[in-house]
Amino acid sequence: MKLAPVPITLTHCAKTFRGTRVLEPLDLAIGAGETLVLLGPSGCGKTTTLRIVAGLETPDVGGQVRFGDDDVTRLPIERRQVGMVFQSYALFPNLTVRGNIGYGLKINKTEVAVARQRVDELLAMMRLDAHADKPVDQLSGGQRQRVALARALALQPRVLLLDEPLTALDARLRDTLRSEMNTLLRGLGVTTIYVTHDQAEAMELGDRIVVMSAGRIEQIGTPRDIYFRPANRTVAQFVGTINRLAGQWRDGAFETTGGSIVLDRGIRATQAPELFFRPEDAHLADPASAQLRGTIEAVSFLGERTRLTIGGAAPDALFIDVAGRVELARGTAVGISIAPEGLIALA
Amino acid sequence: MHDITFPLRWRIALIAPALAVFAAFWLLPMGMLVQVSADGHAFDTYRALLANGRYMRSLGATVVLSAAVTLATLALSVISGLLLARREFFGKRTLLALLTFPLAFPGVVVGFMVIMLAGRQGLIGALSLRLTGDKWVFAYSMTGLFFGYLYFSIPRVIVTVMASATKLDRSLEEAARSLGASPWQIMRDIVLPALSPGLIAAGAVCFATAMGAFGTAFTLATDIDVLPMTIYTEFTLNANMVTAAGLTIVLGVVTWLVLAVARNVTGSAVAATA
Amino acid sequence: MSTMLETRTEASAMRRAMLRVKDGFSLRHLLAAGQWAVTLLICAFLIVPVVMSILAGLTVNYFRGVSSGLTLQWLEQVWTQYHDSVFLSLEIAAATLIITLIIGVPAGYVLARSKTRASRIVEELLVLPIALPGLASALALLVLYGGITAFRTSAAFIVVGHVVFTLPFMVRAVAAVAASTDLRTLEEGAASLGATFWQRFTTIVVPNVRPGIVAGALAVLTLSIGEFNLTWMLHTPDTKTLPVGLADTYASLRIEVGSAYTIVFFIMTMPLLVAMQWLGVDATGQRGLGNKPRRQRKTPSAS
Repeated sequence: MKLAPVPITLTHCAKTFRGTRVLEPLDLAIGAGETLVLLGPSGCGKTTTLRIVAGLETPDVGGQVRFGDDDVTRLPIERRQVGMVFQSYALFPNLTVRGNIGYGLKINKTEVAVARQRVDELLAMMRLDAHADKPVDQLSGGQRQRVALARALALQPRVLLLDEPLTALDARLRDTLRSEMNTLLRGLGVTTIYVTHDQAEAMELGDRIVVMSAGRIEQIGTPRDIYFRPANRTVAQFVGTINRLAGQWRDGAFETTGGSIVLDRGIRATQAPELFFRPEDAHLADPASAQLRGTIEAVSFLGERTRLTIGGAAPDALFIDVAGRVELARGTAVGISIAPEGLIALA
Repeated sequence: MHDITFPLRWRIALIAPALAVFAAFWLLPMGMLVQVSADGHAFDTYRALLANGRYMRSLGATVVLSAAVTLATLALSVISGLLLARREFFGKRTLLALLTFPLAFPGVVVGFMVIMLAGRQGLIGALSLRLTGDKWVFAYSMTGLFFGYLYFSIPRVIVTVMASATKLDRSLEEAARSLGASPWQIMRDIVLPALSPGLIAAGAVCFATAMGAFGTAFTLATDIDVLPMTIYTEFTLNANMVTAAGLTIVLGVVTWLVLAVARNVTGSAVAATA
Repeated sequence: MSTMLETRTEASAMRRAMLRVKDGFSLRHLLAAGQWAVTLLICAFLIVPVVMSILAGLTVNYFRGVSSGLTLQWLEQVWTQYHDSVFLSLEIAAATLIITLIIGVPAGYVLARSKTRASRIVEELLVLPIALPGLASALALLVLYGGITAFRTSAAFIVVGHVVFTLPFMVRAVAAVAASTDLRTLEEGAASLGATFWQRFTTIVVPNVRPGIVAGALAVLTLSIGEFNLTWMLHTPDTKTLPVGLADTYASLRIEVGSAYTIVFFIMTMPLLVAMQWLGVDATGQRGLGNKPRRQRKTPSAS
């Protein structure tokens, strides 16, 4: 019964709810077996997109959803053979763990012996053997999440859809489960769409990331593309921390309040009078020879690193990270040097 | 959001039986009743009805009685309900169970309870005889009816008051106390305003129930002049269908108006049970 | 001189302050005592007659009181004369329950899941039979169906009245639970696993609204057994229910017999009332749809 992973194609899919356009027409092509992450703040349309692929929403007229060669736009979710994990897990309180995982198999009239074996396999895979016959409300958050996943995988769907599956868990658990999820998804090889607002999840789990904002796709790319080569300010500011230098281009250098940065090959002057870089691409240097000069306005000890807020180097405050053990006082005059490959110019 | 998992045809299919039963056995009959009450010329019939002194006195008495019961019940329930909602004490659960036990008594049983207390062989009569030499018997009059209505109204309203009281934010009262407010001021400025939506809703239900109550009056005496009794008499003793129907409509309209006003004021759906 | 004045003013100020504190202290206590007095008085008012009537039903002679001895003769008399009524009430209650289950559970589900204007109107409509006096519904039924003798003189006529009267309670109880659990997401989950609407309704929806169904069922049974206003108008000598019989005995027979009959009524409704208390069921019809989420565990409460 194993189905080969299918590519998914969305063509011109838009969505309007009660007169408000929540999703602008978008086109998306997902490769077979790929894990695609939809990343963005709440209200950006990522969940709507997921639900359109699932069959819980229909796109506005003109939109089309294809699984491989099949046009599934008109097909209701019951017949699309997708596996879906909901944000709240949607476990059936009236069934045990085993009952939940086996629900899809029962509905599809799978032979009892076959079904039981499949459920046992999944229980083992998810390490839930000890809880098999418990009612689901006795499980912890992490266990419930695994039941939801097992239930979705029981029917060996051709597409796996995950709607913020880790959001409901506390931070520590999330980190552990994130790596487990990563191993699992790579092992399964099924086409997966994963929705999240957490960039760490996006970058660790996605083969490609789609950054969305206000119903539009801002950028599609690999995690490295998104992080090091953001297409615009929205993406740059949403993923990781970004520093902004406002100033002007002059004679092959960028001048700002605290100094000027000589531009190297690879950076071309753009129309916008601003330059960006990430905290980890800058380091403190001797004020005399550094590119920018400023003073420390605030010091935040974060454990493995210390984040310095530097004022005076640029119109906006800059964030620079130094090693955790480094201790500096407020008011210290410092110099900043930025690695040339860390400079980002946006159109 | 358009709900794909619950298509329209299923919605209609699942609610149709209930609507069918409702239409056949309430809506249509009520329509018929209105028609009968109009007796061909709606305006004239109703005008005559409303002009009839006896009927209007009956309606008036019913309204006054219901209003009195509502006020008394609200007052008693607030006093008692606040205490019950806030204090924990030994036997609280039993006390609450006892207080709400009479909730499901039909009017007849309530009438009987009033007779037990204030009838010819009632407890109050016996006590008053011993204390004052005068036997107090008031079950078979408006007073008895008043106490009967109080009997079935208090459990219902107390329950609502308690529910509202538990939602009160204590820190508001503590802030008022820190500013020097007396208990009366706190009650007047903080507690009652916060309780008022619940009180209005409960009061409306209490009023509506009292207006339409029949069993209690019936048990106590068939000549107590409240509208439901008048309707009953017209129907059974005088076989006067038109009048009975007309008065019922009037009673229904007045009741519904009170509930509608209360609902608009508080924004919640209320309904009476008698 | 000035020091004496100062001292006196000081002293009186202190005295006033102390009085204030003392008053405040005793005032609060007085109020609490008052609240207790009212509460206990209300309790007595409600419970004493119940106890009295139970005793009266078991005493040989009410006028002489308990000293005249305890007996079961009144209960026996009531049972011989009225056991038909008791059984009829039970049958009618059962029939009413079955009908309200079949039509009310789906209706409650629809109303909880539809937030349209149409559903709100239907909600309002279904509540009308309990918002308006029972007398009105009874008269209306008589006016329209009174002519159909076979129907009019059967118990079905009463069942119909009871159904219309108790339906809103079942619908509300089910709707309250259906609205509070995240039923829609559960259904989407089931749909994603291939379940059709009917499969979802039977395997997911109904099991998960069970607390509402139970609450509704208890309310329906209790209300049906005790229903008088409608039933008195609709009954015939052959279709006398328990409350109708009660009215008869109160009017015409000895107080002991009336009391004994009341004891029978208490016996029949007590288990239902206790169960309703235990599950926190709202029998006053005052809570609208989906107002308060119900507690899942069985906590005895008087809400």
